Amino acid sequence: MSINSWISLILYVLAAPFIGGALTGFDRWLSARMQARRGPSILQSFYDVRKLWQKQNLVVRSSQNFYVVFFLIFVIFTGGLFFAGVDLLMVVFALTLAAIFFVLAAYKTSSPYSFVGAERELMQMMAYEPMVLLTAIGMYMVTKSFQVDAIARHSGLLVLVLPGVFLGFLFTLVIKFRKSPFDLSASHHAHQELVRGMTTEFSGRTLALIEIAHWYETVFLLGWVYLFFASLPWLGVLAALAVFLLMILVDNAFARLKWHALKSAWVVAAVLGFGNILILSAFKA
Amino acid sequence: MTELVLTLIVAPMVCALGLFCLRGKGGGTDWIRRVLVVAGVLVVCVASVMLAMGRGGGQSETRPSGSVFLQNGVGLHVLPNHHDAIHWGIMAIELLMAAYVLYVGIRSKKWFIVILMVAQAGLMGWFELTMTHGGGGEILKVPQDLFVDKFAIIMALINGLVGGGICLYALGYMKDYHAGSGHKDVADRRSMFFTLLFIFMGAMFGLIFSNNLMWLFLFWEITTLCSYLLIGYTRTPEAKRNALRALWMNLLGGLAFAIAIVLLQRQTGATELQEMLKLASNKTILLLPAALLCFAGISKAAQLPFSNWLLGAMVAPTPVSALLHSSTMVKAGVYLVLRMSPIVTGTGVGLIVAVVGGVTFLIGSLAAITASDAKRVLAWSTVANLGLIVLCGGVGTYAAVWAGVLLIIFHAVAKCLLFLCVGVVEHKLHSRDVDAMSALIVKMPLVGGMMLIGMAGMFLAPFGMLISKWAVLKAVVDASPSLSLLVVFGSSATLFFWVKWMGKLVQTVGIPDRIRHELHAGEAVAMCGLTVLTFLACVLFPLISLIFIEPYVDGLPYSNVPRELLGSGNVTIMILMMGMVMLFPLSMLFRSRGGGVKIVDPYLCGANVEGSIKFVGSGGTVETMAMNNYYMRNLLSERLMMGWGSAFCTVILAAMLAVMAVQACR
Repeated sequence: MSINSWISLILYVLAAPFIGGALTGFDRWLSARMQARRGPSILQSFYDVRKLWQKQNLVVRSSQNFYVVFFLIFVIFTGGLFFAGVDLLMVVFALTLAAIFFVLAAYKTSSPYSFVGAERELMQMMAYEPMVLLTAIGMYMVTKSFQVDAIARHSGLLVLVLPGVFLGFLFTLVIKFRKSPFDLSASHHAHQELVRGMTTEFSGRTLALIEIAHWYETVFLLGWVYLFFASLPWLGVLAALAVFLLMILVDNAFARLKWHALKSAWVVAAVLGFGNILILSAFKA
Repeated sequence: MTELVLTLIVAPMVCALGLFCLRGKGGGTDWIRRVLVVAGVLVVCVASVMLAMGRGGGQSETRPSGSVFLQNGVGLHVLPNHHDAIHWGIMAIELLMAAYVLYVGIRSKKWFIVILMVAQAGLMGWFELTMTHGGGGEILKVPQDLFVDKFAIIMALINGLVGGGICLYALGYMKDYHAGSGHKDVADRRSMFFTLLFIFMGAMFGLIFSNNLMWLFLFWEITTLCSYLLIGYTRTPEAKRNALRALWMNLLGGLAFAIAIVLLQRQTGATELQEMLKLASNKTILLLPAALLCFAGISKAAQLPFSNWLLGAMVAPTPVSALLHSSTMVKAGVYLVLRMSPIVTGTGVGLIVAVVGGVTFLIGSLAAITASDAKRVLAWSTVANLGLIVLCGGVGTYAAVWAGVLLIIFHAVAKCLLFLCVGVVEHKLHSRDVDAMSALIVKMPLVGGMMLIGMAGMFLAPFGMLISKWAVLKAVVDASPSLSLLVVFGSSATLFFWVKWMGKLVQTVGIPDRIRHELHAGEAVAMCGLTVLTFLACVLFPLISLIFIEPYVDGLPYSNVPRELLGSGNVTIMILMMGMVMLFPLSMLFRSRGGGVKIVDPYLCGANVEGSIKFVGSGGTVETMAMNNYYMRNLLSERLMMGWGSAFCTVILAAMLAVMAVQACR
């Protein structure tokens, strides 16, 4: 690992929660404006976490919080790998591992609502995983490398050769950010049928850790969006922000779908992602 | 080395003979059986480990000039002076087996079996007679009937350690099996059972080490017959039906095998596996025999048109399932496909074999989601993983073969462990439904923990199978990107069914009772051993790759060897990750009780009754809470997927063979 990758790794670990927290706060503010409400301050997420930190920690099973701690550790690890510039497939697998810890945490709580949330989260993972892997494969086919730093150094604008993959990736981002119409497993707003989904039985510090993990995750995923535009850094940052705005817009514009709709994710992956890759390999041959 | 290899083949057979002669019931018989089994297993384990360590006479001594086939293969002479006796002995065994299969076919009125057997026996009989007498009598003699190379050593280790473990496990398991209430109507034929287990193991060793294709074929057919007998152990109508299905499907593969041998001999004069590989570049001649051998491998490895037989095989007692799924039988199929990969790589045959494997992987993984019977989930997962290995064999590049061998290792240990766990759980909980295994980690912490380790080994980063899946993905992307579609969709489906099972194990409602006396001695030895093996395989895989797999793949005729397979940086990260995951069980063990948390009841809309188990329903009645997994049966139909998948694979396989036959005739 070069010195640069160490720097970006450390920057990620230190700065991501602040950026992620601010983005989440911005999300809440903008969503409120879209719904003609005043909304909270942009710093509200930080206030929330501080408040949660002081609350009593209620659990159903005494070991459930361990899973969440490991979820957080592996989310940070995943993002760290990504920003250190290692193998993209490795990053995907680490991400999956982190998500599995979260799902197991929800199973461990042994409450019906978190159980339903966990099952749905698994469904969502199954829905987005192929497209995420295809994204990595698509990037590999263009840049001849799975290494994130090599992909970032590629001279061409990846999004131009991988438009289908990019659109498919955006689709999975909606699932990954748990935004409507795919907020099936742990909605940001309590719903009658799901209560709070996977996080129903988590409280106090543990819930704060889950929030922080989501901040890290947000930054990591936007970093991946940046990778599509990496040859023009300023465009990459703009694109990542634009994608985040798009997610907020989609969240507010759509109602939640039934889980059967997750079929669409596979169709999108097969048509957009794989179609793009097929065309690429046809050109190569 | 010759002695070691012969020991591995003969010792289980001798043991089987001893077990066969052991009749009568009661404590004495039981005791002798236990001694025999333990002794047999010990011999096999020690011999296979010694072979792996390069003991037994040293390699240089048994490598006379001119008998080095490939870079790492060593040919072995077996009793050169008694060649004719061995030849006639083999003929006699083949005839006996053929007669028995004919008898089975006629008795059960399965004419298809009779036709297949007659065709196969007729072909082989005609071939052997014309070759030995009409053709001068010397043609079928090959200088080295057996051989050893790194791949064979890996297979031998798997067969010895995993297969041996299963035999130990079976001691306690079969006792419970016949003592329990569930199998009162099943006749206690344990002598037969253990005899077959050992014959099976010996035949598998023979199959691994055979260089002479006639020998390979003999052992191939022995495993077919053994699996038929073992699947039908309980003699229930279902068991009989499934056993017959396994028999005809494998006989079809056997017929393809026989045709391949005849064609190969007619066209090249060779009846040796290594001779065949040496000619690998001569694709026009070798492609048809190789395609037929791949077909035989596909049928034995339960790939899609043939998956039914392996699913049906779960009617047998659990040790049989474990044996069929992990160390023998299906592994023989993928072994042959991987052996053929240098010949089929880059050809249409390779592509079709790869597509069959890929489609099987995808459909097997999806079908596993719909299954709630733990054994069925495992069976589908085996089918799927074998699909992945067959895919590797079909792609056949350097990286693909490497990944395929790695998959064989990880799959064998982890899957065996899981089967053994399910067997124990079935005896204790009297159910093997995944939903019934809720809170297993509290009820049976040892077995539950082992199960979690096995599952982690099956799919989770950074453990075994995932490493291989990763390698497969890279290999496939480089060789033919379109196949990657099958791999990515299939692997995300595996995620779903494994995690929901893991979730069930840790989920704990109320305060379940701890089950006392989880394991018998034999079961404990086998399962602890396998857990350690699973763990070691994951930790030491770079070493395994360096010592065994890479030398093997290096010896294959490849021109473009990739610079690095996974990259040393990635291996470092993986080991780091493994360390981090290990912290998890450790932190569980050493956590402070209480730990500043307050334990409350789960949220049941504020209508909890009796803590977390019951609640007041909408009608004012008290309801019991229940949580069952998603099986998505309204989206995925096992029957439909299997039907379409089988139809598709049948069509492409038939088309492949037909096209090749036409080409050969020209």
